[in-house]
Amino acid sequence: MDGGPRNPMNGDLATHAESPEGSSGASRTGRLKVFIGMAAGVGKTYQMLLEGHAEQEAGRDVVIGFLETHGRADTARLAQGLPMIPRRRVSYRETVIEEMDLPAVLHRAPELCLIDELAHTNAPGVEHAKRYEDVEDVLAAGIDVVSTVNVQHLESLNDQVTELSGIRVRETIPDAVVARADEVVLVDVTPEALLERLRAGKVYPRERIDAALNNFFRIENLSALREVALRQVAQEVGAKRRPTEVISSREESLAEGTPQAIGERLLALVEPYPGAQRLVRRAWRSAQRLNADLDLLWVRKPGQRLDDDNERSLSALRQLAAILGAKMFEEEADDVAAAVADFAVRQGTTYILLGRSRIPRGVARLRMPLPQRLMARLPGVDVRIVADRAARANGEARIADPGAV
Amino acid sequence: MTALAIILIALFGVLIGLAAGYWLPPHGRRSGRHAPSAVRRILLPFTGQAISRRSFEAAVRLAKAENAVIMPAFLATVPMNLPLDTALPAQCGRGMPLLEAIEQRTTAQGVPVDSRVSRGRSSRDALRKLIESEHFDRIIVSADEDPHSGLSYEDLRWMLERVPAEIMILRPAPEDTRRISLEAVGGHF
Repeated sequence: MDGGPRNPMNGDLATHAESPEGSSGASRTGRLKVFIGMAAGVGKTYQMLLEGHAEQEAGRDVVIGFLETHGRADTARLAQGLPMIPRRRVSYRETVIEEMDLPAVLHRAPELCLIDELAHTNAPGVEHAKRYEDVEDVLAAGIDVVSTVNVQHLESLNDQVTELSGIRVRETIPDAVVARADEVVLVDVTPEALLERLRAGKVYPRERIDAALNNFFRIENLSALREVALRQVAQEVGAKRRPTEVISSREESLAEGTPQAIGERLLALVEPYPGAQRLVRRAWRSAQRLNADLDLLWVRKPGQRLDDDNERSLSALRQLAAILGAKMFEEEADDVAAAVADFAVRQGTTYILLGRSRIPRGVARLRMPLPQRLMARLPGVDVRIVADRAARANGEARIADPGAV
Repeated sequence: MTALAIILIALFGVLIGLAAGYWLPPHGRRSGRHAPSAVRRILLPFTGQAISRRSFEAAVRLAKAENAVIMPAFLATVPMNLPLDTALPAQCGRGMPLLEAIEQRTTAQGVPVDSRVSRGRSSRDALRKLIESEHFDRIIVSADEDPHSGLSYEDLRWMLERVPAEIMILRPAPEDTRRISLEAVGGHF
């Protein structure tokens, strides 16, 4: 490839090729666009082919590197008119498997290559174990790629999707592959519409419809997967938007030394006592609503020893953190506010949650309370004191029944 | 009395005040950090979205009588195809509000509470792991074999045979339909 200007006139990919990173001649890498969806049948491949036609009409050299129609007539029809690189046949355990012909794609060197099913695992004996590795080679050769993937194939979401759907997806790709993509486009349909398409035979052949309906394609599965897909793409958009955000000088000065986070990240300050679990649960619920990560931090005094009750509480906190998917950290420091501030900056925390403070004694009463100290040290970070609902219920009970203990 | 004497007496008074402020806890409030040290601990295991109100009330009565701590324990099940240390957000989405509701009701009745979570390949496995790692004196379960409790008659028999604690199994009763569910959680959770 000469890496010169391609077709500056039309199409997203062509337009992107004019970007500053793309102006370095032969060293330019191709641009990756990924259509992501909640499940098979939402129309990712269809969209990929539409994109191919649009680019072709704009005058670009477009080829199909690999297409999986799953026997869908509409998809096969749409592929007509786009040149296709023949698959290569690979023998494996007396079976002949058809795979993308990577050397042929590289030799043909189109401007844009359509490569379906990014998460596919290749048959042994070809260049790479996974198709996304083939795609990396194609991109490295300066060829733009449009590809497709289902959300459950993303490594970080695999466990979550498995828990939601009860079905383990074996073929996964590192999240970094999608994170590196120049464009991620969600192909979305409602679960009801997808089920209609499935029943109409537009997703799988007739003989596979019943099995699909009884297993993966259940309305609750699809709803959960749709939510995961929407969140994932929103996260991608947020991550890509951040570097170009305009920051005013005041915001800039406030941001100096404060955590730099792409999404929300919550930090709950805990201590090993039974009431801390309530704080962790509340923090977890907030983190879920914000689709944020949750860290737990216990700042212990240097040399602090725990009695049996505290040890048990600490162990219970660790167990709770593990089951909720939160990360628990321990730091030794005399100055709690300073330790928390350092930690928050390192982690990119955007919210700090803490429970009711211990009532100070003696000269400690003259010191600024911890929430205020945190706010002073961490401008731009929300600090939230989690209420003790049970204490409030107690108060209400006492008001209702003055004789009650 | 000289001015110096007055100043000395005032300073002495201030010192006494500071010392008292340091050593005495603030008036009318307890620190609330530590549960009162209890002799006994009562385990109240559950797996689903509701627990029998009778079990809960029995646990509270006993805890009050014995100055005990109630340990509501959410038992989560890890599917066989997942590693045992997997986070379980979907199950926790059901279990945590119920744990919160139980804690709120228990604390509102003046009984200390110390919650636990445990996970295993089955409810029994999760309970076994909890028993191995925690000390408690009593377990209270309801004998109504229903999908909410998650503990079958087989599990109850296993507990009687294997668990080194007093086990109180409440016999089925008409009021077993009364339950504490996750909807009982007070306030915004």
